Amino acid sequence: MKWKTIKEHIIYSLLRLSGLFIVCALAILLFYILSGGIGKISWEFLTNFPTNGMMSGGIFPMIMGTLSLMILTMLIALPLGIFSAIYLVEYAKPGRFTNAIRLAVHNLAGVPSIVYGLLGLGLFVVFLGFGLSLVSAAFTLAIMILPIIIASSQEALRAVPQNIREGALALGSTKWETTYHHVLPYALPGMLTGSILALSRAAGETAPIIMTGAAFYMTHLPSSVFDEFMALPYSIYTLATQSSNVEATRPTVFGAILVLLLIVLFMNLVAIIVRNYYRKKYRW
Amino acid sequence: MKFNISTLRKYNHKKIRNIKDKAIKKILLGFGLTAVIFIILILVFLLIEGLPFFFEGDGLDFFTGDVWDPSSPNTPRYGILPMVLGTFLVTLGAIVIAVPIGIGCSIYLAEIAHPKIRETLKPIIEILAGIPSVVYGFFALVILSTWIDKIFNSTTRLNALTGSIMLAVMMLPIIISLSEDAIRSVPREMKEASLALGLTKWDTIRGVVVPAALSGITAAVILGVARAIGETMTVLMATGNAPVISFDMLSSMRTMTATIAIEMGEVPFGSTHYHSLFAIGIVLFAITFIVNFIADRVMKRFREKY
Repeated sequence: MKWKTIKEHIIYSLLRLSGLFIVCALAILLFYILSGGIGKISWEFLTNFPTNGMMSGGIFPMIMGTLSLMILTMLIALPLGIFSAIYLVEYAKPGRFTNAIRLAVHNLAGVPSIVYGLLGLGLFVVFLGFGLSLVSAAFTLAIMILPIIIASSQEALRAVPQNIREGALALGSTKWETTYHHVLPYALPGMLTGSILALSRAAGETAPIIMTGAAFYMTHLPSSVFDEFMALPYSIYTLATQSSNVEATRPTVFGAILVLLLIVLFMNLVAIIVRNYYRKKYRW
Repeated sequence: MKFNISTLRKYNHKKIRNIKDKAIKKILLGFGLTAVIFIILILVFLLIEGLPFFFEGDGLDFFTGDVWDPSSPNTPRYGILPMVLGTFLVTLGAIVIAVPIGIGCSIYLAEIAHPKIRETLKPIIEILAGIPSVVYGFFALVILSTWIDKIFNSTTRLNALTGSIMLAVMMLPIIISLSEDAIRSVPREMKEASLALGLTKWDTIRGVVVPAALSGITAAVILGVARAIGETMTVLMATGNAPVISFDMLSSMRTMTATIAIEMGEVPFGSTHYHSLFAIGIVLFAITFIVNFIADRVMKRFREKY
């Protein structure tokens, strides 16, 4: 009996240790990024163009590139994902056809990001002739995050109680009126939460934009959506691995990583706040 | 029934509403099909750009050759074995590290941890999942590789082990959150029956809860593996990228994903080399497809059980 309790204590400590590992992993990561990048952050760093082979100056074009890429991606992915989910939850009748769509969404979610890059290169850059550009990259990222948006939107729609739909239909609303006026308003916060999280993933994604339009260095901001662009994740990669003087560019890289992390974590935070706010507001 | 202008208007109005409703239904069906269209487009473009390689290059050497040297002027070789092995070993290393920690942590979260600790750990895991892969890659490149170098005295500063450790950290959030869900969905009655029979808490966890959740945990691990196989930036920055056959975890290795990312920027459009990279894409797509399919099956079995 005694040995058994000792054994249990050891196992419990091991399990606790594995939980501790997660905390340590995040703490170490954040510690190094913060200590390396915090000194670099200044107004000039955020609003100036890089100079001197990117060893000095700021990261303004990378920030602007990432932000405009995200806005474009959202404009493409949001309507596609939300309407797709509305079809799947509100309209689709169970059967082989709907199953095929579900299967496609599911498989799309499992495709590696680099394969999306290959699709973007083949379809948007070469076949449709968009060239290496913001719009090619945005379409590629939009397709990549589409399954996440569809999945979270479906979940949000399913969470709306059935009797709201039945009430509207019983009063003579058509299917679309029911969906638009009575289901969507309640599902929208959930949809937004999922979409913001998906978009934050797109913001940090590097592999697909390597092939679809991210540039190593540009002296100007992209003049149109058909122009190449600089983006934070791509610049982090190139500056860390291919810069002519790796040591001298390192502070810039740390600064860029910190800014990217802040953007991504900020979006996560917004998503969580939106979720909690509406979770309290709507209780069925 | 009295028939006047206003009922007629009402009638028309209703008709328009119905027509609108039907039209919207059709439009939505179009949106519903986007996922299907995109998955078909991925397949089509991988094949359009990848298949020409098998007409131009040596298809057999592609699968069995152990030399990847596409830029050799006289005899370019396109054997993907070194990269397949690289992907396999780096992923295997990540599994060995991530599975015990991941399952341990999910048991801890689901069964042992105080609710307060649980509420703090969960967001931490969410943050880990949200960190971009290029950040993990940079950490591996600059900090982790230095530690590994000091501990193991490795010959190359960037090696497979560095990549495996970093990938393991990236896999953990998936494994933990999905396994925790699986463990939590084990019916309460089963646990209570076991405790009522006088088993200790740990005996219940080991003998009842974990076996009951096993297929769910397995699916979680497989999904983590699929993510690791498809991961690009971390391994690209961490493993050193030498396309050679080696079983030494402390030597430099290159994965399939890294090969595409490194070389796609340098190849001329339409060359054999260009097509060979899409051919690697086909292989990668096939492997992740199969792995995801297996995970799906296992998960389905788990859901049917409970």
